[in-house]
Order: sequence, then structure tokens, then C-alpha cells
Amino acid sequence: MAKKLRVRGHKVVLNRSAGGDFGITFFLVILGVFMFIPMYYAVIQSLKPLDELWMYPPQFYVVKPTFKNFSLMFKTLQTSWIPFSRYIFNTVFISVAGTFGNLACGSLAAYAISKINFPGRKGLSSLVRLSLMFHPTVSAIVNFMTMSTLGWVDTYLAIIIPAWGATLGMFLMQTFMEGNISVAVLEAARLDGSSEFRTFWTIAMPMVKPGWITLIIYSFKDLWNTGASTYIYSEELKTFNYAVGQITSGGVERAGVGTAAAVVMMIVPIAVFVIGQSNVIETMASSGMKD
Amino acid sequence: MSEKTVSAKAPKTPKAKPVARKDMTKAQWIWKEMKRNYIAYIMCAPFFLIFFTFTILPVILSIFYSFTIFNLIEPMKWIFLDNYIRLFLDDDIFLTAVQNTLLFAVIIGPVSYLLSLFVAWFINEIPPKIRSVVTLIFYAPSISGGANMIWGVFFSGDSYGYANSILMRLGIIQSPIQFFQNADYVMPLCIVVALWSSLGTSFLSFIGGLQTIDKAQFEAAAVDGIKNRWQELWYVTLPNMKSQLLFGAILAITSAFGFGAVVDSLAGNPSVDYCAWTIVHHLGDYGGARFEVGYASAIATILFAMMVGSNMLVKKILAKVGQ
Repeated sequence: MAKKLRVRGHKVVLNRSAGGDFGITFFLVILGVFMFIPMYYAVIQSLKPLDELWMYPPQFYVVKPTFKNFSLMFKTLQTSWIPFSRYIFNTVFISVAGTFGNLACGSLAAYAISKINFPGRKGLSSLVRLSLMFHPTVSAIVNFMTMSTLGWVDTYLAIIIPAWGATLGMFLMQTFMEGNISVAVLEAARLDGSSEFRTFWTIAMPMVKPGWITLIIYSFKDLWNTGASTYIYSEELKTFNYAVGQITSGGVERAGVGTAAAVVMMIVPIAVFVIGQSNVIETMASSGMKD
Repeated sequence: MSEKTVSAKAPKTPKAKPVARKDMTKAQWIWKEMKRNYIAYIMCAPFFLIFFTFTILPVILSIFYSFTIFNLIEPMKWIFLDNYIRLFLDDDIFLTAVQNTLLFAVIIGPVSYLLSLFVAWFINEIPPKIRSVVTLIFYAPSISGGANMIWGVFFSGDSYGYANSILMRLGIIQSPIQFFQNADYVMPLCIVVALWSSLGTSFLSFIGGLQTIDKAQFEAAAVDGIKNRWQELWYVTLPNMKSQLLFGAILAITSAFGFGAVVDSLAGNPSVDYCAWTIVHHLGDYGGARFEVGYASAIATILFAMMVGSNMLVKKILAKVGQ
């Protein structure tokens, strides 16, 4: 039998076939280009001056890049019925308030479930896991009825409050806490007379920084992308994503402005992810479910 | 004097004799534990109150409403299975929706799942710095909500659309194709766009899972006679990340069956001839537009059952990994 092992850096590693390496690299490059081109295209398109935008045949590069589309976007929306700043404010307000609440409620619940042994924790934790199978559309009708009973229809509350109970970030936080907070440390704190809330705040939370950064990123990204909601009618309460949709559906004369708006729309969540990327990956390492 | 301080420090309810668990009934024990850990319930309360109201309650109520006629104006009327009978026997559009949803789910679910897994596995061997850039390139489409519209521009119906321009220059077509007005193109294009934006949370979860695998296991496996990277994947890598595999599968199934938003942003609602009409659209139509709560709830219940059913199936399949 041919020797399949070789030594690389004092470690025994499996001999990888060169053909396989090449095939995989080739596949990754092709797929990567496919993933990247639309994003690249969006950025290029948003930087094109009007004459290049309507050049035929369309070009994959920009000769004279300009930020005119972006300033035009602000102007277009400034003169529209609702000032542009209002859409931005709505989205930022919803995102920040929703994320903050989700962080507070979610990490408290995640801590209790992962670190306190109380009757019912197993049931609650499997309900959370089960809920990952629920698609928001399934609950939309009943939620609308609940909202109208509570009088939340056409208010910020209709979007902010349900976000406080969003499960994915909380679930990731919970699995991360399970593996990354030592019970011994918590026990020591409890013996010293630290209240459970104090233990949570001063001992547990600093230990799971990647967990809450991940929760923030997930919550923020979902809320930032909130579009036309069924619970909101008033134009002045609608979000930036909704406004972007309105501009882009404006047809040919809005093409440059439309891509500029879409670029702003997509840059923000990507930037937020890049800032926290290593923390997210660390959290994901302990993600998953056993049964 | 000293006696007084001692008595002051003594607990209010002196533990006369330590209570062992076997002295109590199960209910008593649970009650005692609940009282002892009451703080945990306070901590859970805000999250779970909202979670029950907006996530669990709707599912339960939907199942209940699905056996009724209810339109928010007239009193509710119990009709048992009539909604379901009407769905499957009288509603042609619903059957189209089921067909399309299954088609989308069967393609998008497994393909996006395997794509996430293999890309995560392939890039795991790249040096960390480059890997984080590559991760970003693959992950970015799934978080950039507004970016779907770029596909609309790319495939726009006039000759300024890239796709049309390229095809015309190559002489494959003579006049521009109205991609999103033509039933033959809508489905495939929506699938491509959905796959493009499908390397999401499960992808990150796989990357994270792969990093936790102890390198020594690979060395041991190599010594034990694992021949190539595929055997290594099946016998070492995958069994080590089973929990991530399950987590990823659940997310993939939910998003595959809930597919619909991509169609809306590309082909409009409703799409031409209902060619890409999914259960989610049907649900939105009856629930949101017509307020037939009972009927819409029946649709929601069926969608829910499909998601849960396929999850159970996938769990069975995943149990076979590494065997």
C-alpha cells in the first residue's frame, strides 16, 4: 500500500490529492465570483454618472465614479412627502430599541435557562428550539389580531416589542453560555452572597461577550431590514427599507438613485457584521442542538 | 449579649431537620425547587412573555381557528374540517402553491444546506486572515436585505439589462427577454437568487463547528487508515459537528418552506400566471388581504405541519451520519 501519510510541520497530516485541491479551489473561486458579482455590480452601478448608466452595451466598470447618485437620493427623498430623515430615523430607532430590548430580555432568559437549575427549564428550552421551525408568516394573522387588541397597530411598538422576544439570538446566547461559563465560578459568587442578578451582570455577562455581540448583530440586522410591515399604515412611521423599495420601483429615471439607496441599505448590516465577525464565529462554535 | 447576636443572626425558619428528597412527594419537591429558584422565573419572564404571545400563541390559535369560519366581524362558527376540504378540493391556486412550495423547498433546502456545509468545509483549511474575507464574501448576500433588487436590474427586461445585453451581443437572442414577466424564467431565476442569499446562519454555524474539532482526531484517523478527504469528512468531521448539522438543517428547512419574499421583490405579487405562487403568498392573500382568518389558519397549519414533518425526517437522516 502506498504511504498516504507525510509529515508537515512535525505533524502527521493526511495526504491530500493535488487534483482534489485544484478542484476545490476552482469550485470555490467560481462560486465566490458568483456571490460577489451582484454586490460589486450594485456598488459600481451606484457610482456611475447618468451617461455611463445608460451606455450601451452596459459596462462592468465605471470610468468617472461619482457620488452624485447618493446626493441625489437625499434630494429626491427630501422633496418627497415624508422627509428622508424620517425614514432613516424610523429604521434607526426601531433597530436600536428592538436590539436593546432583545439583548436585555434575551440574555436574562438565556442565563436563567443555561445556568439555574429550576423546574421547567428543559421545557422552556425545547420550546425555544421548536420555535426555530416557525416561520413568521405562520403567526402573522394571529399577531395582527393581538396587536389590534393591544392597540399597537400603526405604532412603533408593533415592531419593537415582538423583536424583544426574537429567538435566534437568544438561542445562540444560551448555547454559548452553556459551554463558556464555569458553574464553579457562579457557585463561588452565590456562596459569597451575590444576588442572582448581580452574578448575572458582573460575572456571567463579561464572560460571554461574543455571545451578546452575536445577539446584537442578529437582532440589528433583522430590524434594519424591516420593510413594509403589515402592522404599519402611516407613511411617517415607515422604514428606510420600505422607502428604498419605493425608489427602486420608480423605474428607469430612478435607476442610479435606486442602486445608491440599495447600497446604503446593504452596507450597514455588512459593516456591523464585519466589526463583530470573529465574535460571531466564536459563538457559532458552540451553537447547535443535540436532539 | 453574645447570645442575642447569635439569635439575631439565626435564620427565621430554622432548619430543624434537613429535608431529603425522598421524604416528599414529587409535587412538593418541585414546588420547593420553584420557590428556591423563584429568581429564575423573574429573569425568564420578560422574554418568555413576549415569546409566548407572539410566537407560541399564534401557532396554537392558528390550529384552533383552522377548524372555524372567522372573519373578525361575524361570530366564529365551528366547521371542523371544511377549510381543509375546501383547500384540497376546491382551491386550484392552493394546489399550485403547494406544488411550487414543494419544488422550491426540495431544491433550495438541500442545495443551500450542502452548499453551506461544503463551502464551510473547504474554506476551513485556508489561513485565518484570508478565511475571514472569504467568509464575508459568501455570507454577505444573506444579510444585505436590499440587495435582491440588484438582480432585478441585472435581468431587467430592456436591452440595458446585463443579461439581455450579453445574450444579444452573442447573438443568442434577437430581442430582449422580459425575464420576470415570463413564467418559464421566473422560477429558475428566483431559485438562483434564493441560493445566492442562502449561505446564512447555518453556514456560520458550520464554520464555527469545524473550528472546534480537535486536530488530534484527524491525525489519529490518518494513522488508522483513512484514505482520502471524503472518508475523513464522513468518519471524523461530520460526526464531530452533528449538533451544528441539526441546527443548520432546521434553519434551512424553515427558510426553504417559508420562501416567498424573493419572488415578491423580483417578480411582483402575484407573479405571472401564479407561476411562482407559494403557500406563503396564499397565506398572505387570505389572511392579510381578505381577512378569512379560519381559511388562512388552515393554510398556516398545513405549512407548519410540512415544516415540522420535514424536520423529523431530516433528524432521522442525520442520525445516520458517520455510520
